[in-house]
Amino acid sequence: MAEPMRIRATMAGDVADVKVLMNHPMETGLRKDAKTGQLVPAHYITEVTATVNGTSVLQAGMSGGVSKNPYLGFKVKGPKAGDKVVVNWVDNKGDKNSAEATIA
Amino acid sequence: MNALRRNVLKGAAGASAVAVAVAAGLLKPTQALAAAPRSAFEAKNVGDAMKDLGAASPADSKDITIKAPDIAENGAVVPVEVTSAIAGTTMIAILAEKNATPLVADFSLANGAQGFVSTRIKMGQTSLVRAVVTAGGKSYTAAKEVKVTIGGCGG
Repeated sequence: MAEPMRIRATMAGDVADVKVLMNHPMETGLRKDAKTGQLVPAHYITEVTATVNGTSVLQAGMSGGVSKNPYLGFKVKGPKAGDKVVVNWVDNKGDKNSAEATIA
Repeated sequence: MNALRRNVLKGAAGASAVAVAVAAGLLKPTQALAAAPRSAFEAKNVGDAMKDLGAASPADSKDITIKAPDIAENGAVVPVEVTSAIAGTTMIAILAEKNATPLVADFSLANGAQGFVSTRIKMGQTSLVRAVVTAGGKSYTAAKEVKVTIGGCGG
């Protein structure tokens, strides 16, 4: 399940602009499979955390209400070019993934 | 035997590195972020969800900007961007009021993270998209209506 994530971080003035694209089906558990008529079991990211140089800056909780292959953008004041941004996620089945980027 | 010895040494070095980092103030345990309780995500209406978020009766605020389309042709992917100009914003939550479970996502911010999040959400039908912001122990809110036309030809 550990498909690659895409992450990009750029400085705009003194604010780092971080953009993350996660690969995940984000099933709510309410959708029916068109062929079998069975409910598709819930499978979605529940938690996303982000750190800059090891300091946590963002912790997000999510539900199945976030679109498939979630996009997340956020801004952090303070870091410098060359600092490292790490983003982790965990889903309701315990799968996890992580990606890191260097702020450009 | 050699391999074991190596692991033991590695483990010891790793543990002490963490201790050093804590001592040096690199890791700040007090600034650990707390996400909303999972119960908030299971709440079936906006009131309960806000209560679980710890923002039972937020005040309307003009300092919160919600950027979302007026008409979303595809309810499965609605781009939403929330900007809070309120100083000291520590939490932004996004709710789609008529979804089965309105709370879509919450974002706790700290250590320089700005009052801004951008994401894409699912909406079952036309409804208000509400942002709830916590700053300095108080909560604020703003909402914007998004019309959803699933399967429509772009009215």
